[in-house]
Amino acid sequence: MKRVTTVLAAGLAAAIGTVNAADTITIVSWGGAYTKSQVEAYHKPWIAQTGNFVVSEDYNGGLAEVKAQVDAGNVKWDLVDVELSDAVRGCDEGLLEEMDISALPDGDDGTPAAEDFLPGTYTDCAIGTIVWSTIYAYDASKMDSAPATIADFFDVDTFPGKRGIRKNPKANLEMALMADGVPAAEVYEVLGTEEGVERAFAKMDSIKDHVVWWEAGAQPPQLLADGEVVMTTAYNGRIFNAVASEDKPFEIVWDGQVWDLDLWVMPKGAPNKEAAMDFVKFSTDTKRLAAQASWISYGPVRKSSAPLVGSFHNKPDLDMGPQMPTAANNMKNALQNDFEFWADNQDQLNEQFNAWLAK
Amino acid sequence: MADTANVEIDDKLLKKRLDKALFKNRSRAFLLVLPLLLFLLVAFIGPILYFLSHGFIDKTFAALMPQTTEALSEWDAVSDPTEEMFAAVVADMVVARKNKTIGRVATRVNRDKPGTRSLFTSSARKAAKLEAPFSESLPAVKKDWNDIEVWQAMKTASRQYTLGYYAAALDMKVNADGSFERQDEKRRIHMTLLLRTMQISFLVTVFCLALGYPVAYLLATLPARTSNLLLILVLLPFWTSILVRTTAWIAMLQAQGVVNDLLVFFGMTPDDARFSLIYNKTGTLIAMTHILLPFMVLPLYSVMKGIPPSYVRAAKSLGANNWTAFWRVYAPQTIPGIGAGALLVFIVAIGYYITPALVGGQDGTMISNIIDDHMRKSLNWNLAAALGGVLMVIVMVLYYVYDRIVGIDNMKLG
Repeated sequence: MKRVTTVLAAGLAAAIGTVNAADTITIVSWGGAYTKSQVEAYHKPWIAQTGNFVVSEDYNGGLAEVKAQVDAGNVKWDLVDVELSDAVRGCDEGLLEEMDISALPDGDDGTPAAEDFLPGTYTDCAIGTIVWSTIYAYDASKMDSAPATIADFFDVDTFPGKRGIRKNPKANLEMALMADGVPAAEVYEVLGTEEGVERAFAKMDSIKDHVVWWEAGAQPPQLLADGEVVMTTAYNGRIFNAVASEDKPFEIVWDGQVWDLDLWVMPKGAPNKEAAMDFVKFSTDTKRLAAQASWISYGPVRKSSAPLVGSFHNKPDLDMGPQMPTAANNMKNALQNDFEFWADNQDQLNEQFNAWLAK
Repeated sequence: MADTANVEIDDKLLKKRLDKALFKNRSRAFLLVLPLLLFLLVAFIGPILYFLSHGFIDKTFAALMPQTTEALSEWDAVSDPTEEMFAAVVADMVVARKNKTIGRVATRVNRDKPGTRSLFTSSARKAAKLEAPFSESLPAVKKDWNDIEVWQAMKTASRQYTLGYYAAALDMKVNADGSFERQDEKRRIHMTLLLRTMQISFLVTVFCLALGYPVAYLLATLPARTSNLLLILVLLPFWTSILVRTTAWIAMLQAQGVVNDLLVFFGMTPDDARFSLIYNKTGTLIAMTHILLPFMVLPLYSVMKGIPPSYVRAAKSLGANNWTAFWRVYAPQTIPGIGAGALLVFIVAIGYYITPALVGGQDGTMISNIIDDHMRKSLNWNLAAALGGVLMVIVMVLYYVYDRIVGIDNMKLG
């Protein structure tokens, strides 16, 4: 596992000698531009303030490592950045510590945390940080005409070329149905039936021969940049960063986006509970959440953070507001990932997806 | 007379002493290998057996829903569920909710009857407030409790010792009454992948042999200085991380990569119809052949090094032409090397995981990628264990077949 240590700043703070007993907490997240945004907005200021250390590790999502550590009674991770469905599942299975929303600081405008957080962005075991989205993007310099709808992604006749898609049924089946004409509000209802699943796979079949599959969030911008695909699904922040930091000619299509949450969870028996909880309180306050939004285009889950969201950290004229999945213009045809649907059907649909892939 | 008695006593004494000395030697030897033996037991054989046992044993449901398990054991899986069964489920759910284990129960049953996860988690939330008769109050919370398939799934899940996972590993399923049946066509995948894994491993072995044999021959016959340099060229990639070598192949083979660029440059393919050399079976074969090549070259080299050149010279001086001398005299002596190399390459290839995961795309992934999927994503470690068990049995069968055909003694690793 790649191990990025952000102990330099902490080393300095400790060397100055302001703190006697420094804690070291291990925080696990998704790597790349996303982890960088967390390091800049959360880790560094927290290290500077408390004199503690943060060891930052990368993973590709899922609960397996957490389960392995908890079951073995040898927990190394203090905090993990997970998707909502995993937060709910982990809580149900007793893999996670409980976290109390009332322990968090009020919003800057005085609203208690429980009301300041958007509805559904915290659970008994998890505290939300950002809203992110699965969108599709294309390389504007390589397209004759610009695709505009989710249906265009599945239309290889009008827009020939390879497609990048995450090797996972989640979000893909939803997008396939929306491209097939199902309104966003009815997607999960349709997907709940056998015919609906058939219909989604039939739509996926129409582009199967043109797909390059990706697994890690950092891959899709690379596939686009290499010209390996002409369009790819991706996490919106990764595409945004390729555009903002590396001046890539990528465009995001928001039509048919599937948005979701990322949340902090603490594996049961985490070695540094107190310091980790302190980090959660620190990183999810109004200012920190707003600060993260200046590094990557993921929306803060606190209402009080929204007005503080400014411009990209080194580009004052790049306003972050319109880049967020939650911006009104981007929400015209959007779908929230239904964690309960996926908790119920994940295993079966995964199997069916794998069988479909192998065919 | 007295002499013979003496000799007899001496004989016995001598035998005793000899035995004692032999025993001492043996136990000394045993003590010497003891640390390794213990290490293998504790760090290798033990964990493997323990993990493989997950493929047969699954106590999740029985441990977390004890009353239900008992109530279900008397049920015939056909008649309507009784009030006792409902009462047992409610009582167990109250406890499981309190201990935060209901999610494990829900996940377990969900494997046999998809879509039931939330049935358990949401019913458990209300279980403490329910009143008898439970056969009416529980279905009032969620009407799915009237579905007999839910109860059948629970009965299947309540078996502590089960062949269900091994059946699933072979695309079969166990019904509530204990009979086996083939999995729905939409969900059959493991046999396809097992066959593909064998096919890819076999092809990689053949390619490695075809490429490695001449290289090993050169290494063994060239003068020391040149052959040492060549040997370093063989070993250098061997020492490089697999991940690095695999990603290097991605850069080489992708549509905008070096190979395709060259082909376009020389006009061998039009720019808009570049070859798909990666993210498919071709990519997996190329990358794996390259990565496993040293496993073929090194045993071949060590065997060829030991073949005196005089044999071939003798054959030629007796009138054999080059081909006959090679085929009838040289090649048979390299069979131990071919055997060792082929077995090594095949066995390593059959469990290969990183390379197909990175370059396999959809038709180049192998059985180990599905095992990984069940370890990391679906968290179905029991099925992962069963798949691992199947893979191990296949390897052992192949080993046995190899032993019968080539003979395991007739193998030289170096």
